[in-house]
Amino acid sequence: MRKTFVLAALAAALTCGAASAQQINVKIGVLTDMSSLYKDATGPGSVMAAKMAAEDFMKTHPNFKVEVVSGDHQNKPDVGVQIANQWIDVEHVDMIADVPNSGVALAITQVAAQKNKVFMASGPAASDLTGPKCNGNMVHWTYDTWMLANATGKAVVKNGGDTWFFLTSDYAFGHALERDTAAVVEANGGKVLGKVRHPINTSDFSSFLLQAQASKAKIIGLANAGGDTINAIKQGAEFGIGSGSQKFAGLLVFASDVNALGLKTAQGLSLTETFYWDMNDATRAWTKRWQAALKTPDKWPVMNQAGVYAGTLHYLKAVAALKSAADGKAVVAEMKKEPTDDPLFGKGTVRVDGRVLHPAYLFEVKKPEESKYPGDFYKLKATIPADQAFRPLKDGNCPLVSG
Amino acid sequence: MVDIFGIPSAALFGQLLIGLINGSFYALLSLGLAVIFGMLNIINFTHGAQYMLGALSAFLLLKYSGLGYWSALIVAPVLVGIVGVIIERMFLQWLYKLDHLYGLLLTFGLALIIEGVSRNYLGSAGLPYALPDSLRGGQNLGFMFLPNYRVWVIVASLTVCLGTWFVIERTRLGANLRAATENPMLVRAFGINVPRMITLTYGFGVALAAFAGVMAAPIYNVSPNMGSELIIVVFAVVVIGGMGSILGAIVTGFGLGIVEGLTKVFFPEASNTVIFVIMAIVLLISPAGLFGRRA
Repeated sequence: MRKTFVLAALAAALTCGAASAQQINVKIGVLTDMSSLYKDATGPGSVMAAKMAAEDFMKTHPNFKVEVVSGDHQNKPDVGVQIANQWIDVEHVDMIADVPNSGVALAITQVAAQKNKVFMASGPAASDLTGPKCNGNMVHWTYDTWMLANATGKAVVKNGGDTWFFLTSDYAFGHALERDTAAVVEANGGKVLGKVRHPINTSDFSSFLLQAQASKAKIIGLANAGGDTINAIKQGAEFGIGSGSQKFAGLLVFASDVNALGLKTAQGLSLTETFYWDMNDATRAWTKRWQAALKTPDKWPVMNQAGVYAGTLHYLKAVAALKSAADGKAVVAEMKKEPTDDPLFGKGTVRVDGRVLHPAYLFEVKKPEESKYPGDFYKLKATIPADQAFRPLKDGNCPLVSG
Repeated sequence: MVDIFGIPSAALFGQLLIGLINGSFYALLSLGLAVIFGMLNIINFTHGAQYMLGALSAFLLLKYSGLGYWSALIVAPVLVGIVGVIIERMFLQWLYKLDHLYGLLLTFGLALIIEGVSRNYLGSAGLPYALPDSLRGGQNLGFMFLPNYRVWVIVASLTVCLGTWFVIERTRLGANLRAATENPMLVRAFGINVPRMITLTYGFGVALAAFAGVMAAPIYNVSPNMGSELIIVVFAVVVIGGMGSILGAIVTGFGLGIVEGLTKVFFPEASNTVIFVIMAIVLLISPAGLFGRRA
């Protein structure tokens, strides 16, 4: 009896093995912020975006079995690295996506290179990922600090905002954003009249706003993110900034932040994003699916989440071309060879340093009376073509370029 | 124009005024903490979460029942106060006889649970809450633009602070309460229901936190993290003022608001730290705080 059972099991295992020989298994790990400040701009929304990409891809490629797992890096590089190692070594994850928070991302890109897997960086901002820290296992989707500074800074100066005062978050990210934007402002004929550096997670900005008002600068540049940006704009509206002669320029603002502010408060704000849910029919249809899958009809996907979807799709195409996900470097090389094409970012390319080139858009937040339906946040002011939106290849100091 | 340390005096007046207004927030929050510690001997680490619940309730009341800012100012503190009463009845009442540490751990754990659950349902980016129309705009004082809402904050906060101080220090109810803290057995012998009084005091302290939360909703980002960002500063205020001293909490709240405001002008990078530097100095010189009674 037992013998027959063992034989039957053996036979079953053999047939399974034969079946999976034609099948390609890919495992994707979405390493993200599930519980803290970036949860709404990434988090469960990013995991869902990866699942949607997997689903869409498997429809056209029935021989693929794509599995999506997720983890919370808690914005701590050590936690992120530990999860990444566990995923790759034990759970055979082939690609890590998302990773908001540049600090964690700079650690993960090294893990991916060491273990020859793929890091699809759609969440982090640091342009160093495609600069001095670039490697052949990483692709940087969505945005970076250079692009944000350049796009918003240039456009605002051109529209007459030629004197600036910076409210800067007092850590590496804020300093970099301020430095890059100030350079752009000055290169375009503008002037920086002053700056104040505030500690991260400041709840009251009134004192800083008074200083900004006293400077008489036309533009108050917000080189900060998340709650700090929201607090500064919310209190700025109270002090008459935005509706009067002084305006804010948000250097990193997501649609989720605009949603948190409400249009009444955020109106008139200039910002740059590479994806907006209400761009065209394809993005709208995708948004509807995303909202239905997450059961959050009053939340809108932001560019990071769109980046997870588009990046995952492009990654899977490269795996299909190679018929294997085993060699991360080869997959990334394949991703760079083929142009990108997806419903959310349109057509683009992946440059040799890992930078994905797609257009960026300068938006202005609508006035409440201009907004026709929930989520109708932005007016498109300018489109920055893909070849101008990102840092020129030669300025990045990426070893892959010189070598 | 006269310059003071390189800053025009007019700008400095503006900053002093702003500091005073921020101080009134600290005073309002530390008042609730001081009442709870003074009367119940509980270090209420849930205070930040309860402040956050006040702001979230204001948002939810507006969204689901159309209640505006002014109604929320009354309804939200009552609702959150009831939550406080439930917490006191279910958990805290068993801890009065134990070491402070137990109360601290319990309330800290509760704060984490409340914040985690709110984050799960409402996300972390924040929720919109606009200024009430009647308080929009502001006054041009010549040396600065003073938003009307800030004037309202300082008026409301002063009224609530002085009212609370008056009730506890100058009325019969307050006298009973203070007596019950000193010697509950004796006060019970006079026919006063001490446990109920303690429960209501906790509810009141929590309602104060929620009130501050509603006051904060139109100007600060309404998010599940808003309490934990502020609570540490408020604890420092209470420690400097003297644990449990109500007058100490109020005076220190306003005073530290001004100190912080000035730091934001002269050395903005240190504006988060300055309060803790002062706390360290005060603890070295007078361990019971500026207004505390020595044990």
